[in-house]
Order: sequence, then C-alpha cells, then structure tokens
Amino acid sequence: MPNTEYYNDKVVRQFLLASSVWGIVGMTIGLYAAAELMWPGLNLDIPWMTFSRIRPDHTFGVIFAFGGSALMGTCYYVVQRTGHARLALGRLAGFTFWGWQLICILAMVTMPLGLTQSKEYAEPEWFIDILIAVVWVSFGVVFFASLTRRRIKHIYVANWYYGAFIIAVGLLHIVNNLALPVSLWKSYPIYSGVVDAMVQWWYGHNAVAFFLTAGFLGMMYYFVPRQAQQPLWSYRFSIVNFWALISVYMWAGSHHLMYTALPDWVQSVGMAFSLILLMPSWGSAANGLLTFNGSWHRLKNDPAAKFMVMALVFYAAATFEGSMMAIKTVNSLSHYTDWTIAHVHSGSLGWVAMITIGSLYAMAPRALGRPAMHSQRGMELHFWLHMAGILLYVGAMWTAGVTEGLMWRATQPDGALTYGFLDSLIAIKPMYLIRWMGGVLILSGMWVMAWNLWHTAADARARLIKPIAVPIPEPLPHQVPAPLPAAG
Amino acid sequence: MAYKHFEAIEKHAGLLGILIAIFVSIGGLAEITPLFMEAHAVKAPAGVEPYDPLRLIGRDVYVREGCYLCHSQMIRALRFETERYGHFSTAEESVYDRPFQWGSKRTGPDLARVGGKYSDQWQRLHLMNPRQVVAQSNMPGYPWLASRKLDATDIQARMRTLRRLGDPYSDTDIAGAPAAVAGKTEMDALIAYLQGLGIRNEPSPPTLPPDKTRQGGAP
Repeated sequence: MPNTEYYNDKVVRQFLLASSVWGIVGMTIGLYAAAELMWPGLNLDIPWMTFSRIRPDHTFGVIFAFGGSALMGTCYYVVQRTGHARLALGRLAGFTFWGWQLICILAMVTMPLGLTQSKEYAEPEWFIDILIAVVWVSFGVVFFASLTRRRIKHIYVANWYYGAFIIAVGLLHIVNNLALPVSLWKSYPIYSGVVDAMVQWWYGHNAVAFFLTAGFLGMMYYFVPRQAQQPLWSYRFSIVNFWALISVYMWAGSHHLMYTALPDWVQSVGMAFSLILLMPSWGSAANGLLTFNGSWHRLKNDPAAKFMVMALVFYAAATFEGSMMAIKTVNSLSHYTDWTIAHVHSGSLGWVAMITIGSLYAMAPRALGRPAMHSQRGMELHFWLHMAGILLYVGAMWTAGVTEGLMWRATQPDGALTYGFLDSLIAIKPMYLIRWMGGVLILSGMWVMAWNLWHTAADARARLIKPIAVPIPEPLPHQVPAPLPAAG
Repeated sequence: MAYKHFEAIEKHAGLLGILIAIFVSIGGLAEITPLFMEAHAVKAPAGVEPYDPLRLIGRDVYVREGCYLCHSQMIRALRFETERYGHFSTAEESVYDRPFQWGSKRTGPDLARVGGKYSDQWQRLHLMNPRQVVAQSNMPGYPWLASRKLDATDIQARMRTLRRLGDPYSDTDIAGAPAAVAGKTEMDALIAYLQGLGIRNEPSPPTLPPDKTRQGGAP
C-alpha cells in the first residue's frame, strides 16, 4: 500500500528549540535572582533588575516557557506516534507554537516592568491571560482532534495524562484569573481576601499537579517504555493511578494555607488529601521505575535513560516530602522558610527538568533525522553537572529552611523569643552562596545540552530531513489491552 | 469494575475528556463553594474602611514591586508567631485586599502588623537603601519610588473599578482623591500603606478610640 501520510515533526522541532532556549533564559534569570539574595546591590537600583521584579520571570520562564514548550512539543510528538496518524489541524498547531512564544515574550517583558497580578505563577496581566486562554483552547482542539484521527483504537495512557493536563490547566487558568481591568496595565481580581487566597492556592497547587506533574507523567509514560525498550510494567496499575491522581490532587491546595485565616476544616481536608495523594504519586513512580526491570543495564550507556530514572527517583522523593510537609506539625516549621524552595526545586530540577531533558535526548535525534545525539559524552557531562547542581542546591536550601524554622520558633524558658529575625538571615547566608553555586552547575549543563542539540540539528539546518512516514497499521479485529509505544 | 467497562472510556476520546473534567472539578467545588458562601458572612470589623486613596495606591505599589515575594502578611495562629509579630491575622482583616497579599515566603519578616513599629523616616531610609539602617539586610533598595509622582485620574479609575467589585467607596471619596494625593510620591504612598498595616484592626484590646474623621483605616 503506498504511504502518503507523514508525521508533522516541524512543530515538534520548533517547540524543541524553543524549550531549550527558554530553559537557558529562565535558569539564567534564576541564577541572577539567587545572586541578588546573596549580594543585594546587584539590582544596581534599576527597577526591572530587582529581585522582586525578576522572580516571577524566573518562575514563568522555567515553568511555562521551558516546561510548557517541552510539554506541547512532546504532546504533539506522542499523540501522533501512539495514534499512528498525522497531527490534525496543522495550521492551528502552528498557531499554538507562535501564540505560545508570543505569550512567553509578552509575559517575560511585562512582569519586570511591574505589570503583575501578584498571584504566584499567574502573574501576567489580564490581556496576556486572555491570550493564554485562546492558545490553550487551540492546543486542546489540536490534541483532541488528533486523538479522533488515530488509527489505533486504544488511547495510550500517555494521552490520558496530556488530556487531563490540558483540561485542568484550562479550567484553573480561567477561574483563577477572573479580574476587572482598570486599564490595559492594571486589573483587580473579582475575589478578595480569604476567597482570593483559596482560589489562588487551588490554582497554584494544581498548576504543580497538572502542569508539572500530569503533563510530565504523560511524557514519562511514553518515553520511559520507549527508552527501556519494553512495555510498561503494569497497564492496569496506570489506570488506577491516573484516576486517583487527577481526582485527589484537586483537594490538596489548602495545604499551602495551614494555620492561616482560612477556615480550619478546609486546612484539615487539604492535609488529609495530601497524605492520600502519596499513594498514586508513588504508584506512578513505581510503575515507571519497574518498567526498567530487565533492562537496567541500559543505564550504563544510555544517558537519556539515566535522566529518566533519576527523574522518577526525584519524583518519588519530592512527592513524599510534599505529603509530609502538608502535615500541620511539619508545616508549622517548614512554611515561609527556604525548605519550600528546596522542595519545589527537588521537584522541578529533579523531576520536571530531568524527565524533560531525558525525553528531549530521546526525541531530538528522531525529530531531527539523526541516528543518535551528536555527543554521548556531552550527555554524560550534562547528567553529572545537573546531578551535582541539584544536590548542592537542594541540600543548601534544606539546611537553610530547617535552620530558619528552628530559629523562628526557639524560645527561652520564660517564653521570650531567642532570636531576632535578622539572626536567622545571617545564619543562612552561606547557604545562599552554596545554592548559587549549584545553580551555576545546572545552567552549565543546560549550555552543554544546547551545544549538543545544535550539532544534532545540523541536518535540520541544512534542510536535509526526510519526513517520517506514518506506519499505517493493518486493521485488527481487537487489540488487548495496550498497544506498545510505536517506534519511529 | 471489570476491565471491559474501562475499555469503553479508553476507546472514546470524548468520554475520556468528559470524565476527566468531572473528576478534576469535584475537589475545587467542594472546597471553594462553601468559602464563597461564608465570604458573605465575613464583614469588615467596625472602624475598618476601604483603603483611602493614598494607601490604596501604596498598596498597588507594594503589589507592583513584588514585596509579597519576600514578606508575608499572615501571622499564623502559633505562639512563636504571635510573640514575634502580634495577634494572629483574621479573615476580616483582608476583606478589602484585592489581590490578597498573604505571601508564601519570608526572606524578610512578616508585615501584617508592621504599621507604627518604625518611624516614617526610618521607612524612607530603609526603602532608599536598606543597609543604611540594617547593615546585614539583603533587601534591595527601591530609590526610584521617591521620584515618581502619583497620577490622580488613575487613582480615581482604580477606586471606581473597586467600587464596581463591591468595595464601598462613595462619590465623595472618589472626588476627594486628587486632593489626598496632591504632591505625593509613590514612596509617600507606600509608607502610608505600610504604616497603616494592622494598626486599626487588631482584634484584641486595647481598643482604639472611635475615629469619626474617616481618615481611612487600612484593613
């Protein structure tokens, strides 16, 4: 049968490029912000270079620009390969790429200029929010339209996660950003006080849940079996974990507001569900890790697999830590301290960045028409730079966080506080230096990756890539239960 | 549930999408809906008025500069917190806060009740260059605030928007805004906001004398 259908890898390559550029941009800003905490004069008294103005740039840059581009790119890659069909609505898919890049640039420029809603991870002003909603809905349309074109009857598990990620993030984004504009540059949210706090942390927590977890689990469920070169350890286990994860996560947001003016029952419910959440989290991590059973030897000479395995280990560690931090007693120590920063970076640098980097290393040669990445040793170097960087970063911030927590609560026998606030800052300053050095290592690793991708993309730059034909399957009477992730 | 039931979900993208939407909505609905109902019951304590024009714009400067990224405004109901910062924060205190400024990280101390703890002059020196008054501080300086004048029409537009959202500003309040901010800088506004934080509405005694002049008590 003559085959005339080809995978749409152009948009995948575009997102791949954007993701690596934004990764470097976002982490560079993070590194500068970390340096400012150590050497406060570094803002040079320039408004847009000040820590409090660029911190949202760092978080938006790494979560939505780096992570978002990687998620959309891999999503388009995976939905085509698992469905054995070309991406639907090619022009709309192109629009989602350019639209998303425009959003990232607008947000990254306006936030340091002081145009912010001050809602963490939802800082961009209302006109950017509308643009985000439009691009996001288009992304959903392309994804679900591509699913309906699939030739494999069964929807592979990675796609459920991508689907949940798209639906939930759309819902969260719209509800949290409802605001009344004063002018183009300023708006006030329709919620105030306690309700605003609850809506914001319902959003903030579930941005972690659906952007940084569900989306990247979709990536994991495709690329881990692909890299282990064997099927998922348990398909049935993935069903249970999926439904448990997406329904339980949404309850846990109030653990960001322990001992605050939020009604007590909401805090307790949030704590209870945060503990339950450990089960599906560890279930997903275990399913990924056990998929490597029988092919652990691949870790010796496959850096992409090494990134993925460490990502799953960090995922298990960070979700355990998260559930523990949601316990009120632990939270009374950890909240407001750098322990939170340690936790979020063990999740984001350990889990999110490593599964992304592993997946990029797995996907890039295929999308760029090469048999393998340009340099195996480059990938190895990146792995060890990244690992060393994370350990320095997270170790320093854990130490700082626990130190702050203990010093803030220390009291004399007569009930008076032992330390002033400034004492705790002085105590942790060396940790800020170590954290910054960890950041230097991680960013260096990203540059190694960029160099490696640049050389791997030589054919792409010379426009030599042959499009990959869709392997159109023979009609099957019944497929039980799961198709293997397709090669290609 | 036998696998065959689940197979139907996995073979129909629409069904899968609808079920996902239902499953992800339950938690949020259960936790947020009651708060909306309770929010109607949360009223500002007696004497607490919406922010007067100068403090309102000071608050917006606080939001714009991103102060909330290093300073919380939420004293938790814990002994060592109340010992350091004062009475724990209550829901009524933030009824006029759009957006809320509780924060999530204390690189610097909590500010919920910082009003009146330092003089205006101390605040000014500190904002110009924190190391003038606290040698070990790692807070950045915000000297540009001192040279930026306030725009009265913009402030009126902000008050009108807040009124549409339900904050009780009267026509007189809005008409009086230009006079209230005449000649002031963003620095003055931010200091006025900081100096009002937590001083009129601390729930515990001593009770403040009733204030009929309506200078605007900041929540």
